[in-house]
Amino acid sequence: MLTLAHYLVLSAIIFSIGIAGVLIRRNLIVMFMSLELMLNAVNINLAAFSNYLQQMTGQIFIVFVMAVAAAEAAVGLALIISLFRNKQTINADEINTMRG
Amino acid sequence: MNEIFMNIGFWVLGITAVVSSLFMVTRENPVHSALWMLLTFFAVAGIFIQLDAEYIAAIQVMVYAGAILVLYMFVVMLLNPKSTGFIKMPFKVVLGGVVAVVLFVQILMTLMGTGVIKSTQLGNINYPEGFTNVKAFGTVMFTQYIVPFEVASVLLLVAMIGAIVIAKKD
Repeated sequence: MLTLAHYLVLSAIIFSIGIAGVLIRRNLIVMFMSLELMLNAVNINLAAFSNYLQQMTGQIFIVFVMAVAAAEAAVGLALIISLFRNKQTINADEINTMRG
Repeated sequence: MNEIFMNIGFWVLGITAVVSSLFMVTRENPVHSALWMLLTFFAVAGIFIQLDAEYIAAIQVMVYAGAILVLYMFVVMLLNPKSTGFIKMPFKVVLGGVVAVVLFVQILMTLMGTGVIKSTQLGNINYPEGFTNVKAFGTVMFTQYIVPFEVASVLLLVAMIGAIVIAKKD
């Protein structure tokens, strides 16, 4: 029997893996990918609650989350490109110009 | 019979999603990470279909797997960065893992605290007579949520202009 809890625990696992990815990895591109993973976990949550509450609102919110994710990917990758052009690195540990 | 298939589908898709996302964060090469992320997106799309969100599953494949992932691949191939895998200090890697596990346990305990964990079986969404998923979705989207929809389109325009301005050579 599949309950709401199955889907919530699945999304919690994927979200935690995304958190671990952001904390462990130093490659800026992979850190961004982990962010997308976390947004995907949130989307599973919204879809599960949309089914549970018998309402379409959850699915509408998924579309907005996807729009924000697309915008974030476009601007973030543009920032990474301009950063790489100036510093020849995308390692988050080496980008420390503003450290006091 | 239908329920057995639903169960098998859930476990196959869920385990695929978890394992491929684990591989995604542990591969040294960003190209391999991107390909594992593709598998995760497809598994999540299958889970959306299980949850009666067919339209969402379609745009998951089109927007995430089709557009966003290709954007990532372009940047990885364009920059071709020297290998910058993990944090050098093992202590910090362990710390990141511990933080993630603590967060997961905390979410689980919150779920236990609410009544959600004892919820009944998920069924199908009951649409009004003559409505399908896409029709119900569109009806709610373009009546109740029309203003947020327009704001989202402005957000995408701003992101597009911002990306061009930031990435262009001076």
